[in-house]
Amino acid sequence: MQTVKMVVTGPFNAGKTHFIQSVSEIDVVSTERKITSEAERVKETTTVAMDFGRITVDDDLVLYLFGTPGQKRFDFMWEILSEGMLGFIVIVDSARPETFREARGILQTFRAYAPTPYVVAANKQDMADAWNVDDLRIALKIDSKVKMLPCVANDKESVKKVLLELLYSILEEINP
Amino acid sequence: MAIKGNLRDFNVTQLFNLINLARKTGTLTLEGQSESAWVSFREGKLIFAHIGKEDSTLPGILLKGGLINPSQLRAIKTHAASKSDKELGLMLINAGYVSQQDILNSIRQYILDIVYQLFTWLDGFFRFDTDVLPPEDRISIRLNLENVIIEGARRSREWEQLQEEIPNLDMSLNFVNRPGANIRDVNLNVEEWKVVSYVNPKNTIRQIARATRMSDLDMRRVVYGLLQAGLVEIVRPEGMPLPPQVKQFKPVDEKQQASLVNRLIQRIRSL
Repeated sequence: MQTVKMVVTGPFNAGKTHFIQSVSEIDVVSTERKITSEAERVKETTTVAMDFGRITVDDDLVLYLFGTPGQKRFDFMWEILSEGMLGFIVIVDSARPETFREARGILQTFRAYAPTPYVVAANKQDMADAWNVDDLRIALKIDSKVKMLPCVANDKESVKKVLLELLYSILEEINP
Repeated sequence: MAIKGNLRDFNVTQLFNLINLARKTGTLTLEGQSESAWVSFREGKLIFAHIGKEDSTLPGILLKGGLINPSQLRAIKTHAASKSDKELGLMLINAGYVSQQDILNSIRQYILDIVYQLFTWLDGFFRFDTDVLPPEDRISIRLNLENVIIEGARRSREWEQLQEEIPNLDMSLNFVNRPGANIRDVNLNVEEWKVVSYVNPKNTIRQIARATRMSDLDMRRVVYGLLQAGLVEIVRPEGMPLPPQVKQFKPVDEKQQASLVNRLIQRIRSL
């Protein structure tokens, strides 16, 4: 049995857990805990180690999706999670510009860990105050060559599109 | 016994606050990552500062303040080498080269430039030696620490923000090749022009800072402005080897890998 891994990363409350839940065939093995920091109390719980989802391709191949913890104090986990990944997805909360700087930092950190393809998912595009993808690209200083995709993490089709675009990028890298 | 420790545990703002409140007299030695600095206080007032190998004699300070030029500095050092700073200051005032206020302003600015820089030091050994003061012949002034602490704390916050934006000064800058972006159409100040004149993938930001005699903070400010204006981009310096990649894909057969990715694509499409 061969297993491959993709990492889903992004700032706190960007929607990483929802993203994985939308496509995982198993209940996401989530390690959520009640939030203790007042500053980050925009939701009740957060991922402290990793989310873990699975998509079985066939008898010989399984894709695992790993979600990184969003709070900065758990960033020691990132390098471990990035080991051997096929590619990664950076989820950005399009409606919270105060997290853009952090998203950019996370993106740069993961790029330093491994030279694998990645895409950026502009999540929460269904919210009224979400920044559009073009504006986000400028705000996050994302190169025009990098795929930046609109996304709604609890919409399965939207998540599938992001995963597929990442796989197309990986394929392009193998067969330039 | 000297107060000593690490800036990680007790930062410059806290140290200055302590010195101010306790009205201490003495010299604070700070050992940063690349150089050391000495800051002297009398009864809680800032009176002098010196950093690294910088020339902190009066001629050196006047040169830095733009009140004399390098050839005048050489002449002073040749003809008045034996004079103390106080004697030299009097001589220059009497000769009408500078006023007393010029000298005091230059020393004040020199001290503040050093001290504000220290607020950006987040790590390093410190020691406060009571009653150790700069040599008698140095001209010292008395600056209230409250304002210095407020301004230093503000710069420290700015520094943290700029460091997040431009974490590595060993990278280079290059002009952005964007239609409509023309550096000649932009209003830049003197410092920005100085930096722009060195923009080249061969020069690291640190080298540009040295060449333009700018502090790391000032350099980051200028680079941040140029980056935000979309005029330059940060690039890897020419000839710099790629960093060792900690995690690499195992060498795999490309056909096999493409087949694997295609299987993944088919599966996700079918979800």
